[in-house]
Amino acid sequence: MKLSALHQSYLNRRRSPLDSSVDAPSKSFLAVFWLVLHCLCCLISLLLGFRFSRLVFFFLVSTPSSSNLYSPPFRPDLPPPRIDLTPSNATTAEAKTSSSRVVVGRHGILIRPWPHPDPVEVMKAHRIIERVQREQKAVFGAGAKGSRTVIAVTPTYVRTFQALHLNGVMHSLMLVPYDVVWIVVEAGGVSNETASIVGKSGVRVIHVGFDQRMPNTWEDRGKVEVLMRLRALRVVKEEKLDGVVMFADDSNMHSMEFFDEIQNVKWFGAVSVGILAHSGNAEEMVMSMDKRREMEEEESSSLSSLPVQGPACNATDKLIGWHVFNTLPYAGKSAVYIDDVAAVLPQKLEWCGFVLNSRILWDEAESKPEWVKEFGLLNENEGVESPLSLLNDPSMVEPLGSCGRQVLLWWLRVEARADSKFPPGWVIDPPLEITVAAKRTPWPDVPPEPPTKKKDQMSLSQGNNNVVVIPKHQQQQQQRSSKVRKPKRRSKRNKHEAKPTDTATQVSSSTKHHQERN
Amino acid sequence: MKLRSWVLIFLACNLLTFSTISAFRLSRSQPTERISGSAGDVLDDNPVGRLKVFVYELPSKYNKKILQKDPRCLTHMFAAEIYMQRFLLSSPVRTLNPEEADWFYVPVYTTCDLTPNGLPLPFKSPRMMRSAIQLIASNWPYWNRTEGADHFFVVPHDFGACFHYQEEKAIGRGILPLLQRATLVQTFGQRNHVCLKEGSITVPPYAPPQKMQSHLIPGKTPRSIFVYFRGLFYDVGNDPEGGYYARGARAAVWENFKDNPLFDISTEHPTTYYEDMQRAIFCLCPLGWAPWSPRLVEAVIFGCIPVIIADDIVLPFADAIPWEDIGVFVDEKDVPYLDTILTSIPPEVILRKQRLLANPSMKQAMLFPQPAQPGDAFHQVLNGLARKLPHDRSVYLRPGEKLLNWTAGPVADLKPW
Repeated sequence: MKLSALHQSYLNRRRSPLDSSVDAPSKSFLAVFWLVLHCLCCLISLLLGFRFSRLVFFFLVSTPSSSNLYSPPFRPDLPPPRIDLTPSNATTAEAKTSSSRVVVGRHGILIRPWPHPDPVEVMKAHRIIERVQREQKAVFGAGAKGSRTVIAVTPTYVRTFQALHLNGVMHSLMLVPYDVVWIVVEAGGVSNETASIVGKSGVRVIHVGFDQRMPNTWEDRGKVEVLMRLRALRVVKEEKLDGVVMFADDSNMHSMEFFDEIQNVKWFGAVSVGILAHSGNAEEMVMSMDKRREMEEEESSSLSSLPVQGPACNATDKLIGWHVFNTLPYAGKSAVYIDDVAAVLPQKLEWCGFVLNSRILWDEAESKPEWVKEFGLLNENEGVESPLSLLNDPSMVEPLGSCGRQVLLWWLRVEARADSKFPPGWVIDPPLEITVAAKRTPWPDVPPEPPTKKKDQMSLSQGNNNVVVIPKHQQQQQQRSSKVRKPKRRSKRNKHEAKPTDTATQVSSSTKHHQERN
Repeated sequence: MKLRSWVLIFLACNLLTFSTISAFRLSRSQPTERISGSAGDVLDDNPVGRLKVFVYELPSKYNKKILQKDPRCLTHMFAAEIYMQRFLLSSPVRTLNPEEADWFYVPVYTTCDLTPNGLPLPFKSPRMMRSAIQLIASNWPYWNRTEGADHFFVVPHDFGACFHYQEEKAIGRGILPLLQRATLVQTFGQRNHVCLKEGSITVPPYAPPQKMQSHLIPGKTPRSIFVYFRGLFYDVGNDPEGGYYARGARAAVWENFKDNPLFDISTEHPTTYYEDMQRAIFCLCPLGWAPWSPRLVEAVIFGCIPVIIADDIVLPFADAIPWEDIGVFVDEKDVPYLDTILTSIPPEVILRKQRLLANPSMKQAMLFPQPAQPGDAFHQVLNGLARKLPHDRSVYLRPGEKLLNWTAGPVADLKPW
């Protein structure tokens, strides 16, 4: 809707090529002339398909531009091309008699040479952002409410996936903006494996050994874990640690908001836990996806697709019950042994969904509410199933995370096969040359081939990952090496000189295999 | 009894000490700093009792009927003139006795003639204003007494009382001759410009307060965008080649920083515009066809440090708010070096600016809430008017003295409205 400013510039331009001695052609004649010219240019533009008028004027005007001294209020020459290093301001325009450095008119578009961002400046900007965010956290987050120490209780034991899970929990705890005390209870006693992983955390760690070994079934494992957690709570009681106790099972996933939310707990709180009861069997997953789609088409899906375990509230945000995982669809199909390829189901009420004030566990009943049982008198043999057994009155639990509406952590149980092997500390030392096949591999034991044909078979195995040929004399070596007790992939010097390349390929293909299994 | 009195005295002393602490920390909100501009610590002043305003009763064709014709005038950025009248009609500073009034207000809506797109056309505004002034000059003696020097008008259009949207034409017309002595309350402000009169009060453009309040996000959401801007860089309709619109500054921003990951700039207008501003540290407020824009108000409300790219601009309530301490001013010629400038600001300075922006009186001063609240833009205007009191002797003309030229200006303006 704004009139084009260039109309006026055209007007001025039209005047200048005309004889300047003609002082003031009557305005109406000029207006009519301009109108006719404009219509003509529009018609030509329609025919040609581009803006003819400006092109004409560009050619007309750009050549005698130096003689264009017709001034007020701006210089009527056309702009220089866009990529311009220096401004070409309109020189003559003055807004007022007092000096104003701001002039009206066409200005060049300034472009800096090499406009790509300077990495030093990008770093400075990131530091600024980080400083601002730190200030925000100090004002709105931790500092505002007073930060309490987070006491994380993790039962663990040495197995293939321990490094995977424990590193995840460790990094979550390292990111927590509050003080953290990490109590790691290890089944089977304190081991170097766990200690080396946990030692890298940088937070205060209390590494406690537990005498029992972790059993092989999920049910028993759950029971032992409960005992381990109680052991950790006893540590809290004895050391009189002050803060909020949360249960960080090593295969769970915690969001950072979880740690912010649990700062709000007064005595005993509950959060919603997302349950990922996943079987690890790809076909079953696909089938269940199809089934779920059918279900959704049949009935209106008022259920969320992720099962959640946590507090249930009524409309006034008071705790009235618990959402529990529905185990019916999985009846009979759930995993029993740790390495079963089936869905792993959670307990009725998982410990990880509860947080408590560590003062509940202390001896002196200073300000402890009456609905809390005395922890020191708890009898573990009576079968403590969930943290609610620590309370006399379970209805006093505080629901956190806007009354359970926010899922702040996810429960997952994934374990490798019981007989899977991994190098201690995940360090392969000395480097591998040949591998020892794991037991119960699906590939058949093929009789050895003469050496000349071996290379062809190796190249075959490159393409087809599922078949790895192991020559017989290596199998004999395996039998010899099986005497070695350490669960490490042994490398053995082989006499055949053609071997190194072949073993390298064999190593790569078999390691690929092991990774698939584990 | 004696103990109690000592306790009371002790408490009173504590209260006094706490009230004199300059940077105060509220329990659950951001620490803020007091704002004091060149006129002093005046943002919280209460104008009631310091001045009296008389509101002329103009026929409704100057205000109500215009608004009825187009109710969009209530929500666009020029709505300040309408809300100012509504506020004054019910304010305690209003007086019904013109003899005791210090200031006179003329409620005429000059910015309410809208195109189908919603932009105001200023072509009839000079005539409307002139007709209104002729009306009050003939019906009341107060105009002729001072030739308008104790009257104030709200002219929130692009170039204020120059009544044109194009800068060259506006400069060519200059301020309406009849308003030469009146005080103008306008959004436009640029130093050494024809359209900014000495003694004018610059106000922020109208931004809908409820809409902005409804888009607030929790303060702990981390600010992760470094620089944010949404708007046009090239006005293809009116200035296709570029270089005219915004004096080439917006185009320079685009050409230099469109690939820079620290700059979140684009022409798309997302639905999360307000939320994104609250997640940004710097918000660009470059000039457009006129140097002012509602972006400044939005940046202040959402706590994003405004980066003002407009040479010689005069910001709202410049004597009450120390804009140099709050925003970042970048010359238009320095736009290609914007990233260098912004990253070289020390973090302490940035945190201080954010504290100043968090001051609730700062945010209040930028808004026109309905109903009016203490410390808002209406009150700041009245404070500004109160600071100009008492009137100078020269305001009152000697009998028979005439300073205004009633026939000046383009011939088309002299036609009756």
